[in-house]
Amino acid sequence: MTNFAQQVLEEVTRIPGVRGALLVSEDDGLIVAEALMEGVDGPAVAALAASLTGRLGRATRALGKAAPVLLHLQATGGAVFSAAGGEGLLLVAVTAADVNAGLVRLSLLDAAGRLS
Amino acid sequence: MRAIEPWVEGPLTTFLTESSARLVLLMTSAGQVIAQHGFTRSLDVMAAAALGAGIVASTGELAKLLGPSPFGALVHQGTNQAVFLAPFTTPRGRWIGLVVYGKETSLGLIQLFFNRMVEDLSQSAPVEHARRAVLAENFEHELNASLRALFGR
Repeated sequence: MTNFAQQVLEEVTRIPGVRGALLVSEDDGLIVAEALMEGVDGPAVAALAASLTGRLGRATRALGKAAPVLLHLQATGGAVFSAAGGEGLLLVAVTAADVNAGLVRLSLLDAAGRLS
Repeated sequence: MRAIEPWVEGPLTTFLTESSARLVLLMTSAGQVIAQHGFTRSLDVMAAAALGAGIVASTGELAKLLGPSPFGALVHQGTNQAVFLAPFTTPRGRWIGLVVYGKETSLGLIQLFFNRMVEDLSQSAPVEHARRAVLAENFEHELNASLRALFGR
């Protein structure tokens, strides 16, 4: 699983503008596997992504809807994408602001599907 | 929130706001309480501090038996809440943080903001000055003063 996860993360990081990818435990917000560029605060990204996904999931369930499949948080200096990877895991990507968001989404959903 | 050392309040308040922890206890490695949030009875605080310091001491000894590097944080995960227990170094010596948190937050957030609180505490600590020795005849007075600071009575 670890080698496979690492391979999947490295595939995501090959997209230009992606500064790192992580596999995160959804309940704990802890890193399971990572492929990050230097300077990216992995634990902070993992905790933020898990917290956002958890809160958004609770909000949508309270509205009677299914949990979101993919989360895209766009900020001034970059973006965070998070997709459910099955077995309580999240596949998270940290990107530059000008990344091809569509390509990142497709790649993450494809990778998340293979991890499930 | 109550603190014996006023300079602890800022970093602790930030931690509580950011992490959504339910209960927090900061103590020395000997189990002396420095600050607390969420506890309502002094007996609970004293017991939690003594038990927390005991757990850190015993896991520290276990770490010495098993290898050269000491353990970091200890997490006990329950059904509805969890306990995070971690020793850390401050300019005032080695302290221990005991944090109880629920499902409204996560271990990742607790760890993240706990580490930031430790950095803030190191920066906020006033320059150490000569401490008064606590004499036997002053012990009860000192203890009562600490309890008043922690529980406001």
